[in-house]
Amino acid sequence: MIEIKDLRKSYGNKHAVNGISFEVKEGEILGFLGPNGAGKSTTLNMITGYLSADSGSAKIDGTDILVDPIKAKKDIGFLPEIPPLYTEMTVLEYLNFVYDLKGCRLPRKQHLKEICEVVKIWDVGNRLIKNLSKGYRQRVGIAQALIGNPKVLIFDEPTIGLDPRQIIEIRNLIKMLGREHTIILSTHILPEVQAVCDRIVVINKGEIVANEKTEDLINAVDGSRKLVAKIVGPEDEVLKALRSLGGVKTADSLGKRDTDSISYMIESQDRVDIRKPLFSLLAGKGWPLIGLEGMELNLEDIFMRLVGKEGKEKDGKKARKGVK
Amino acid sequence: MFAIYMRELKSYFLTPIGYTFCGMFLVVSGFVFAQSTLMAQSTSSIGEYFRWMMCIFAILLPLLTMKLFSEERKSRTEQILLTSPVSITGIVFGKYLAALTVFAATFVANSFNFVLLFKYGTPNASSILMNILGIFLLGAAFLAIGLLLSSITENQLIAAISAMVVNAAMLLVSLIAGNVESTFWRTVLKWFSVMDRFVPFTNQMLDVSAIIYYISLAAVALFLTTRVIEKRRWS
Repeated sequence: MIEIKDLRKSYGNKHAVNGISFEVKEGEILGFLGPNGAGKSTTLNMITGYLSADSGSAKIDGTDILVDPIKAKKDIGFLPEIPPLYTEMTVLEYLNFVYDLKGCRLPRKQHLKEICEVVKIWDVGNRLIKNLSKGYRQRVGIAQALIGNPKVLIFDEPTIGLDPRQIIEIRNLIKMLGREHTIILSTHILPEVQAVCDRIVVINKGEIVANEKTEDLINAVDGSRKLVAKIVGPEDEVLKALRSLGGVKTADSLGKRDTDSISYMIESQDRVDIRKPLFSLLAGKGWPLIGLEGMELNLEDIFMRLVGKEGKEKDGKKARKGVK
Repeated sequence: MFAIYMRELKSYFLTPIGYTFCGMFLVVSGFVFAQSTLMAQSTSSIGEYFRWMMCIFAILLPLLTMKLFSEERKSRTEQILLTSPVSITGIVFGKYLAALTVFAATFVANSFNFVLLFKYGTPNASSILMNILGIFLLGAAFLAIGLLLSSITENQLIAAISAMVVNAAMLLVSLIAGNVESTFWRTVLKWFSVMDRFVPFTNQMLDVSAIIYYISLAAVALFLTTRVIEKRRWS
């Protein structure tokens, strides 16, 4: 559905995007991940035709965005980083304008109503956009992208600046939209991609550092797992026992966090699941395990590891970089 | 294109700009008109009114065009225009025609002034009509220049002031051109002088070359606007 080949863009001497290639299949939700300034927005702007690439091509459903922009743009719904809202208009005025701008031919009233109901903005339809909260504005931005029912949806950091409840709502919405649309979701929040995306492309400094199925990527970089365990028992002995458990790399006390238990941070060796032996150990000693949670891996972790691996790859095998 | 045209047209009257422009146009024009014809008790001085109007246009018309592209760029709303299935030419024309419509509507309302003349005297109708045609074309060219300058900057104020300066320069350039020795430069400067091209209209001549001059001035400015926007996508 989306085919990107060797896309490049420089601003002066700075290579913002340096030869990016990937594909998104029909019905797939692709997570487009990278730290700030990695070239995410630039890439998305080139795919949507807002910027022109120095070289390379971006095809939407077989149509090159530079060769036949009008046809290609008809298939794209785009939510930029800053939602492009005319704040002096009401929500419905604005959506009607976008409807006309895109030359949409679906039944107007019904189509707009459906969209407003999907993104839950029907109740603010007659309010001025400038009086809306950030969460509502973001949703109006998403509504705008949905008009005309485009095959491809591209969201550039859609949950930035929203409160946790809104973030979950928007994520669920994107997941739901994924049933009927092909989606590229750019973000720098890892749980977001984990929750929503089928596949992840990670970029750094304008280059792709990973392009894998979400699960594969998480497992691959998540080889050593950090756990936080809440255990009731004598601190020194527990620590000693933990450290002597097979597969444990490090174990440290985090101190008392509630009345009777002590929390410990346990890091396992690569690709070893220590949860079962840990349970057996504690059960054997008669120390109740009252809490165990995995530390969520954030983008920085993944990122550091990917970049680290990249460094190693240069001397040896080239496994991770490139297109699947 | 029509969607953009309609949005801009509405936007003029959702914000104070449309009202400010219409109000100032009608008040200032009415005052000058009263001074130069009714108070002077003569219809022969109507030419003076039109000369004043040129200067007023140079200052007022940038109000209509200043925000058209600069504001879109600043608030990043241009992203929706440039990623929608519309050509850049369509965007530029939509915006230009919206500004032209507000200008033309106010201009028509302003023409009521001339009706008064016929009530109190016997003015030369063809002279007035030719002047109206000429000054309308001049206004249309000023609008296109304003649009071009709006596409260059993100700041409305800079867009407005630079458009006023360019318009004023084009009005005054004939004064400088007269004092230039080199024939080449004199010709070049004269080409930019919108004043020189206005002379046939005041003489009640339907000068096709003057009409084409104003239209092509507007066309060049609009074309350059599309180039400015296109170029920004590449840099």
